[in-house]
Amino acid sequence: MIKSEYFFWLVGAVFIVMAAQMAMDRTNPKRFGSAGFWGLLGAAFFYSTGVVDKSLPAEPLGVAVLVLIVLGGFGLTGKGESHTPPREKRVASAARFGNKLFLPALTIPVVAMICATLVKNWKIGGEPVLEPGYETILGLGVGAIAALAVGMVLLRERKVSVPLHSGRNMLESMGWALLLPQLLSVLGSIFQTAGVGDQVGRITEAVLPDGQRLVAVAVYCCGMALFTIVMGNAFAAFPVMTAAIGWPVLIEQMNGNAPAVLAIGMLCGFCGTLVTPMAANFNLVPAALLELKDQYGPIKAQLPTAAALLVCNVVIMALFAF
Amino acid sequence: MIVLLGVLVVILGFATRRNPLLVVGAAGIITGLLGKLSPQEVLASFGNSFASARSVTVFVITLPVIGLLERYGLQEQARNLIGKLGKLTTGRFLTLYLLIRQLTASVGLTSIGGPAQSVRPLIAPMAEAAAEAKAGRPLPQKLREKVRSHASGADTIGVFFGEDCFIAIGSILLITGFVNSTYDQHLEPLHLALWAIPSAICAFLIHGARLLNLDRQLERELAVTAAENDLAAHAGIRTEDAK
Repeated sequence: MIKSEYFFWLVGAVFIVMAAQMAMDRTNPKRFGSAGFWGLLGAAFFYSTGVVDKSLPAEPLGVAVLVLIVLGGFGLTGKGESHTPPREKRVASAARFGNKLFLPALTIPVVAMICATLVKNWKIGGEPVLEPGYETILGLGVGAIAALAVGMVLLRERKVSVPLHSGRNMLESMGWALLLPQLLSVLGSIFQTAGVGDQVGRITEAVLPDGQRLVAVAVYCCGMALFTIVMGNAFAAFPVMTAAIGWPVLIEQMNGNAPAVLAIGMLCGFCGTLVTPMAANFNLVPAALLELKDQYGPIKAQLPTAAALLVCNVVIMALFAF
Repeated sequence: MIVLLGVLVVILGFATRRNPLLVVGAAGIITGLLGKLSPQEVLASFGNSFASARSVTVFVITLPVIGLLERYGLQEQARNLIGKLGKLTTGRFLTLYLLIRQLTASVGLTSIGGPAQSVRPLIAPMAEAAAEAKAGRPLPQKLREKVRSHASGADTIGVFFGEDCFIAIGSILLITGFVNSTYDQHLEPLHLALWAIPSAICAFLIHGARLLNLDRQLERELAVTAAENDLAAHAGIRTEDAK
């Protein structure tokens, strides 16, 4: 059986290899900070296996997470010079390969879908080929490796170091932001352990009339949008609203379909992202890039759509999630 | 009630634009301690939840192949494709871009668009050029801003309501990571991605209709400014007569 842990080790190994590349990259002014950050993250992926199966204590991993937060949070990571070839070369290459360039990229979702639907049912000696419950994640891993193979054959690229260096450049330019979703998920769990969801849930229950499904759906959806408008980030709003009302009220109490409630709930948060200046990278940065006098121009263009979509999401959830 | 201070820390932290990592770290520690966990338990819950949320970060495995393709001109080829749409009206052009952005994002190609990669160099100028070709003269500043704002809006809405149909995107993995570790569930990213499709379709219909309507708005406002110019020109002639 292919276990999900093998795939996590592969990802951890990729981080460690890229960290080693970073340590040797003299063009990066903060090369040791960067290498430390990504190397520690890679090591944490391996150590986590022991934490999950309870053979290793969780506290050292907690310390490592705090070190990652300090390294990233205080700007101790940086990036080196990009390995991207000049524009003329890329234009020539695009002309040469044409739409074939999209083929490897499409391989990833196609393989992931096949794994999640077909390979899921394969068995060898009575044992499933892919670890149950992790088929899509494993499919992503298999898809990415297959896509890399397809890409290298198609582009006649012989050196494995080329995609690794390009991937590392992308890692460096995303920087610590790449780790943010995982840490927000961590924060959500801590909120849950400390009882934040229970508290918000108690307040919601006091305000919410019992058993009013449509009202509960509207509160969850609009709460996601409002929280996102305040925080500028649907990822941060999601654990709070879900622990408060999405999970206990909509899914447990009212027997909602979990994937539907949660997926649509996240999209309600995105409606909030469209209209808040807090989400600067999506709304204010484009205004600056486009040299607009009115820095709220993009928000004004998006506002009616966001409002209409929020209503749509409430309706879709109320109709199909129960 | 006092544990809700943790939420306040997050809100204040994000609102005052502190580094998000530090906000998350501080909020986690404060909430844990307020929730009567010992420092050791706080560390353990950081560790445990980090371990079970690893799936959120595994999309890194796709970076080498995307990086490789970008070296060989993936973005330039995406531009070539979009360049073939240049002969349309502003609204139709932006609607088609919205569709392409949604479809490519839904298979994970989120970085081939964006305000810096595509909107500024490509989408906004082409949308403006289409409007100017129709008007036969440069756009007034107000309309220029409107067209540019909509170019940015089409890009953002396209990627937001396309990417969640892809299983390896941060938000989908965040949902599964959070729910599977907090409530001990086995949610599959694929099921969540499928439930993002109805909203994606609504997003296309609503925003597409608004973009198509943009053509009519532009026409109307251009007619108004043209009339104003005429009026001003006439007024100019009359004052000369009076002299």
